Amino acid sequence: MLVVGLAEEPETLSPLLGYGKDGNSKIFDGLLRHDAAMRLQPALATALPRVTDDGRTYTYSLRKGVTFSDGKPFTAKDVVFTYRTILDEKTNNAAKGELDAIDQVTAQGDDTVVFSLKYPYAPFAERTVLPIVPEHAAAGQDVNTGPFNTTPIGTGPYVLTGWSKGEKLTFKANPHYWGGEPKIKKLTMAVVKDDDVRATRLRTGDLDGAILPPELAKGFKGDKSRTTITARTTDFRGVTLPTGNKVTGDLAVRRALDLAVDRQAMVDTLLEGAGRAGYGPVPTDSPWFAKGTERPHDLEKAKKLLDDAGWKAGDDGVREKDGTRAAFTLWYPAGDKLREEHALAFAADAKKAGVTVTVQSGTWEVIEPRMKDDAVLAGGGNPADPDFDLYNLLHSSLALDGFNNMAAYRNPDVDKALEEGRRGGDQAARKAAYDTVQRGLADNPGYVFLTHVDHVYVVKDAWKDLTTQVEPHDHGLGAGPWWNAEDWQPKQ
Amino acid sequence: MTPRPAALPWGPMARMTGRRLLAAVPVLAVVTFGVFALAAASPFDPARAYAGTAGLGARQDVLDQLSDNLGADRPFAARWWDWLLSALTGDLGRSPTLRQPVADVIGERLGWSVLLCGVAFAVAVTAGTALGVLTARRPGRPLDRAVTALAYTLEAAPPFWLGLLAVWFFAVHLGVLPAGGLTDTGSDTVTAGQVASHLVLPAAVLAFTQLPWFVLYVRQGVGDALREDPVRGARARGLSERTVLLGHALRSGLLPVLTLVGSRVPELITGALLVETVFSWPGIASATVEAATKADFPLLAALTVLATAAVLAGNLLSDLLYGLADPRVGFDG
Repeated sequence: MLVVGLAEEPETLSPLLGYGKDGNSKIFDGLLRHDAAMRLQPALATALPRVTDDGRTYTYSLRKGVTFSDGKPFTAKDVVFTYRTILDEKTNNAAKGELDAIDQVTAQGDDTVVFSLKYPYAPFAERTVLPIVPEHAAAGQDVNTGPFNTTPIGTGPYVLTGWSKGEKLTFKANPHYWGGEPKIKKLTMAVVKDDDVRATRLRTGDLDGAILPPELAKGFKGDKSRTTITARTTDFRGVTLPTGNKVTGDLAVRRALDLAVDRQAMVDTLLEGAGRAGYGPVPTDSPWFAKGTERPHDLEKAKKLLDDAGWKAGDDGVREKDGTRAAFTLWYPAGDKLREEHALAFAADAKKAGVTVTVQSGTWEVIEPRMKDDAVLAGGGNPADPDFDLYNLLHSSLALDGFNNMAAYRNPDVDKALEEGRRGGDQAARKAAYDTVQRGLADNPGYVFLTHVDHVYVVKDAWKDLTTQVEPHDHGLGAGPWWNAEDWQPKQ
Repeated sequence: MTPRPAALPWGPMARMTGRRLLAAVPVLAVVTFGVFALAAASPFDPARAYAGTAGLGARQDVLDQLSDNLGADRPFAARWWDWLLSALTGDLGRSPTLRQPVADVIGERLGWSVLLCGVAFAVAVTAGTALGVLTARRPGRPLDRAVTALAYTLEAAPPFWLGLLAVWFFAVHLGVLPAGGLTDTGSDTVTAGQVASHLVLPAAVLAFTQLPWFVLYVRQGVGDALREDPVRGARARGLSERTVLLGHALRSGLLPVLTLVGSRVPELITGALLVETVFSWPGIASATVEAATKADFPLLAALTVLATAAVLAGNLLSDLLYGLADPRVGFDG
């Protein structure tokens, strides 16, 4: 039995509306899954997909003899139903853009599924960790508000036994799980929104594990019966430098700000050491990171860059060039304390270089129309493939399209490399393409990336060899050491 | 000499209730219209709010399609009219943010909120009246001074903070009461015993936030009544202190408290929102917050109707009680 405390409650348990799209959904399985090292492994498929037609056709052979928790068999029809329903325009799934590459999904017999893509898309297999829904249970009802959202049925290691909204979700082990019945028979996810209350309930023994902010996790350091587990992430914080703004669009200002920020100080003070300096969406310890693109903290060089470019200090210490003051506004979403602290630290560092940054807060509705001219303290990060973050943040075709490429970044070399990277080729060719992207970003920093934020968990010390995956920005029920609770083994 | 209660004036009371019910209809219509107007004027964009964090990676065409599906671009008056028509037929619509029919959202959660509020309110009224009478008897004595000072402090203490304090003291320090949830976190079944033990802390905290108002009102009312002629007359006639206090002073001293019962209902609801969050109580609170910040029209409208109805019912109750306690007031309102 395991009881964990979550900060966020899922809005729905239906994968058709986005639940569990990055895997580890407990109730469901995808065609593929990620292992501890984030490598793809087969799940409902018997092997990784066969990729043909120049990267445009993905063929999956399905595992035979798998049943849903209601006893009905899993077949190719369910896979087709799941993907087609998500892509249906009447389905309110905000993440459906992630499946944009799909042109058609078709079943060939009961145990083969073929995806035809609109364009060759190398990271497509990463998206197929998406959970598969039984057609017989989810069809024939309103996908957006129907009962499947609260009473899901899947093939996964756990079966939902109750969802008391605002309080907890309870699961029991699926005795017929194709991967073997989990050792932990009962799993409870308690919803405790307040950090202090979560820490308190962990201390009383009510919770076996919980996610905590680093400063609260410190309180458990001397506790022999509990261990602290720090998950590495691709969860970045950075400042957009809008291309349309005369100050932030200026190459010298961009380079100077990129050097003026003291990333290590932010990690040490804002994150209490639980994080790393970030130079792009790809974290420095990722195999995709372009070595040599780390930037030092060099205030003197930043000042010299600005001087040389004609940004001269005025009477009040703020630089000017051709009558333009080196000043801009930086927004952060109201109520997000971590982003607020990053924004203030960035403004303080910029001031030392003679650039005035006015920090303001607002809801996304307030921020969005201003993104063309004002900077935003952005966050995000998906560990599965570099394409997911880099393409959306940097490709010029997505400039100011929704919340993609909020800085309206435009760099032809980067565009070209991004397209090469997603088109495919072997690992080395893709790595070379993303190296080019990261070097392009370092040369023309349209965003100043600041940190990657670790996620800290405290867990009762009763299980063997707990691990964490590299975690994304949105870390809900599937993140944390319990990402693979179905595989946990008790210590005795 | 305690006045014997006559048979209750059922007729006038029923007529008053009927008149209030009739008056409630336009009030509810106006209030829901106002809610739709406010939600439409608020800066919150329903499509974006629906998308949540996924919306931050979404492309414009996806957001536009969402907005279209949710009908977010239609004028609010039209949406209100549609909502009203279907609500009159008993269909409260579907909540996009909670991905459920509104009736299910309310059905799952309302009972727990009513339980919490009801118990807390009963405790606050009973304990408040008892403490108020005790302190009014001997104004200026240590008991009075201690209770009054505490009441003023509690009046200023935020419920959220009181909740955290209670969790720390009773759940962590003493370890005698559970820190949150409706039942033990590891348990699947809802049993009366478990709910009772989990109800103690949140109900006590909520009662505590309401208590000072009742203590101070009763103390004032009873204190004033004790100095009035009928009481002095009763004392002069040699009636026992008990009869004087309960039969005379309390009866007239309670009148302002009855009004308070009605006017505290909105405070009770807001207090409950915070207490439910601290204690992970599966009531209507989290749904209310979601509905408000995500401009979820159907859910927001239904919750507003509920809250308005609760306030109107509270007022009706206090007027009925007032009429019973003081027949001069009658049931004409």
